[in-house]
Parts: sequence; structure tokens; C-alpha cells
Amino acid sequence: MSLLKLDNLETYLGQYHILQGVSMSVEEGSITVLFGRNGAGKTTTLRSIMGFNPSTTGSVHYHNQRISGISTHLISRKGIGYVPENQGIFSALTVEETLNLAKAKSTGESEEKMEWMLELFPDLKKFWRKKSGLLSGGQKQMLAIARAYINGDGLLLIDEPSKGLSPIMVEKLMESILKMKEKTTILLVEQNFLMASEIGDYFYIMDDGKIVHEGLMQVLKEDKETCQKYLGIA
Amino acid sequence: MEVFINLLVNGVSTGLLIFLLAAGLTLIFGLMSVLNFAHGGLFVWGAFSGAWIFKETNSFLLAVVGAIVIGMALGWVLERFLIRPVYGNHVRQLLITLGGMLVLSESIKIFWGPNPIRVNLPGWLEGSYQFDGIIIIKYRVFVIVVGLLLYLALWLLLSRTQIGLMIRAGVMDKEMVQALGINVKGLFTFVFLLGAALAALGGALLAPYSGVVFAEMGMQYAILAFIVVIIGGMGSLQGSALASLIVGVAGAFMAYYIPDLSLALNMLLLAMVLLVKPTGLMGEKGSAV
Repeated sequence: MSLLKLDNLETYLGQYHILQGVSMSVEEGSITVLFGRNGAGKTTTLRSIMGFNPSTTGSVHYHNQRISGISTHLISRKGIGYVPENQGIFSALTVEETLNLAKAKSTGESEEKMEWMLELFPDLKKFWRKKSGLLSGGQKQMLAIARAYINGDGLLLIDEPSKGLSPIMVEKLMESILKMKEKTTILLVEQNFLMASEIGDYFYIMDDGKIVHEGLMQVLKEDKETCQKYLGIA
Repeated sequence: MEVFINLLVNGVSTGLLIFLLAAGLTLIFGLMSVLNFAHGGLFVWGAFSGAWIFKETNSFLLAVVGAIVIGMALGWVLERFLIRPVYGNHVRQLLITLGGMLVLSESIKIFWGPNPIRVNLPGWLEGSYQFDGIIIIKYRVFVIVVGLLLYLALWLLLSRTQIGLMIRAGVMDKEMVQALGINVKGLFTFVFLLGAALAALGGALLAPYSGVVFAEMGMQYAILAFIVVIIGGMGSLQGSALASLIVGVAGAFMAYYIPDLSLALNMLLLAMVLLVKPTGLMGEKGSAV
């Protein structure tokens, strides 16, 4: 069953026509990966779902309820957690304050979720009283993911979590994301094909604001031509 | 020594009055990125309405509460109808809040006439304290105590409460705060009303302090508050408190020793801070407390 459904989404940023009829769906309990080159429209897709860049036409449905056209904070309260590309860390807040803030409008059992996140990312517990701005890149990413999950565990939108991280950190992070699949659904934007193809169930490929390919990840891994054509992977 | 202590008390009390105006201004700028020139208008309305209620009822407490209520009501109108439509557009904000400032200042004359109004001290705050030959005016001590208590209350609000956490996070990244399910527009309104209440309270406290209120005083104090906000670091409450004290104390000493330079002093302080630390004394992204 589709948890999230995008239907013919058209989004403009100023005079630029970024999303040109994007349609896709995310199955409950899955990890769906959105691939594409820089500027293909991946981030704008997530931002349109969250209502930051509202679409001019088309619709977004979550749990069969239309969420396009409503305010971002109301979209979030439906149980959608968001991890932006720049992580959106509140640098002057401690880890504790950041996660408490995530609990403020949390959907579901926030204490349980908090405990699980601290189990999954022990570094956050270790640096509980540390200012978030002083964490390492990987720790900031963990904090951003934990914050999003505590806030809304129905669906997580994660934008390029591997960006700027060391290969070891990327591997650790991906293991954690895979574990999170047990309890939530994930729409992941990634450029790191090797990593994302290991954890994803379904994929979509975007190019010039359109979905140009979609299917099972297992199939994409064997489709050398598509990988070469759209992702530049030999 | 007597002169030194008197000047210090004068400077600190004036500084804390400026702080009441600057605190709202810096929070509004930090969270909403709005340079609110109309803030001085709320201050002058606080001064006049407080003075008027005090004259009519002879209750200083009622005058202060009334001034705060009127300041908040005007603040709500300003935020809802003037500022909300121009969020994100600094040029329009500047023009509309300057216009708001003029309208608020001029409308004072419709209600209370064009002439300055004399304001007396409340009976229980008249007189002075004497220590070893040093005379300290009671009302100034009262202003210092109220100013420090309000600073403490604001600090506690920002650092120890859920809404304070939201405000501090909002100062750093409004979008992300929204993505956590928090209604940022509601937060904007809360901060704006808080700022309006502080400005009106500042005006109401200043009226008996200066002994006279006039319509143009809003602009005069708003400029001082802007200087304080820039010196302290835009968006920083602690920075504004520190800068208010510096401006207040330096102003008191300069007015006594080199009165000709007292007007230039604030500009000199501003230039010095901007040259050495362009973000202000405590200005850093995300340092609302």
C-alpha cells in the first residue's frame, strides 16, 4: 500500500520550472531511493512534499490524505520527519535541547523513540550536553536523523545523508538507516549509488525535473545501461 | 566618589530602560529578521498611556499594566496588518515600519495634544536613599530592580522553557523549526507581542523617570535602542543587556564630564565595535540567549 503518493507535481522556484510533472509513490515499510544528477530536482521534490516549495499543480497524498497546500508545520504533525541536505542543525542548542525540541510536537511515543535513537546512535548520548554545532559531521547527521525520527516516525524524508562524510561514517549511517526501516518508512535522496543500492528496496531516477526511470533496486543494480546513462556509473 | 556612584546609578538605570526597548527589538530581529522601526512608537504609546492612566487613577501599578495592555494591542495590530504581509522583504519592512513609527508618534497628538506632558513620581517612589553622604534617588533604584528582574525573567524564558527553546531554535533556522511541527507564525506573534509589552513597559517606566513625555521621544529612544542592538549583536539578548549598560553608563559619565561629546559618544561606540567585531559584542548566529 502506498504511504506517500505524488501525482503530477509541478513546482517553480522563481522563474525556473523545477519539477515538471513528478509522479511517484512510497510503499509503507520500505526504503525508496530517489537518484539523479545535481540539479535534477531531488531536493525540490522533498521540499515540495514538506510544503517549503509548494507545487503549483499536482498533489501529494499521505495516508490517502491530501497534504499539498497545507502549512509545513501541519504536514510535519501528520508524522513526517525531515532531514534537510544541510542537516539544519541548531548549532547553539545542545544535543539534549535539540531532541527535546523534536519531542515538542512529536507524533507517537516520543520517550520510546528517544531511547531507541540513543541506542542506535550512542554518540548522541555521549555528547548529550554538547552544543550541536561542535559535533563532527557524522554526529550532526545522526542528530538530524534522530531529531526527524523523534518528531515524526511515519515517514522520513532524508536528503543526501552521506554528503561530506567519510566512507566509514557513511557505512555506519547506512546500517542505522537500514535498522530504522524496521519501524518507519524512508524516502532517501542520494547520489552515492553503491551505498544506497545496498539498502534501498525501490528506486526512482530524476532527470531535468522528471522521473525517467523507476522500479525495484535489485533490477537497477543489474541494469548497467540505465546506471551508465542517468547516474554515470560504469 | 559621590559623583561617581550617582553617575553609575543614573547610567545603569537609563541603560536598563533602553534595554527594555532593545530586548524586544533584538528578539524580533533575531527570529523574524524584521528591523522594526515602529518599536519606538510602541514605547511612546506606553509612556503616554501610562502617564495618562496614572494621572486619572493615581495608581502606578494600574498605569504600568494599562500601558502594557495598550502596547500589546497596538503591537498585535502592527504585526498582523503591517508587518506580516511584508515578511522577507527588507525594503518594504523598512518603509512600512518607519511609516508605522510616524503614525504612532503623530497619533499621540490626537489623544493628548501636541504639547509635552508633565509626569510626577508615584508617592511611594519619591525621595532618596542616603548612604555615607551619597544620595541615590529611589525611583532609579526601582528602575534598576525592575530592569534586572525583567532581564532574569527573559533569560529564564529563553533558556528554561519550551517556548524559549522554540524561539532560540527559530532564530537559528526557521524552516527547520517548522519541519518539527512548530507553528512559526504563532511564535512570531508571541515574540512580537512580548517585544511590544517590553517597549510599552519601558515607556511607562521612563515617564516618571524623565518627568515629561513628548511625542518625538519614541524616535529618540528607538535610535538608541538600535545602536544598542547593533553593538550587542543582532539577535542576542545578553548582548543587548551588556550594550545597554555600556551605552547608559558611558552616556551618564560623558554628559557630566564632556557634555559636548555626549551625542557623538554612541556613534563612536558603535563605530568602534563594528570595526573590532562587526557581528557585535555577543553576536553570533543562533545566540539568542
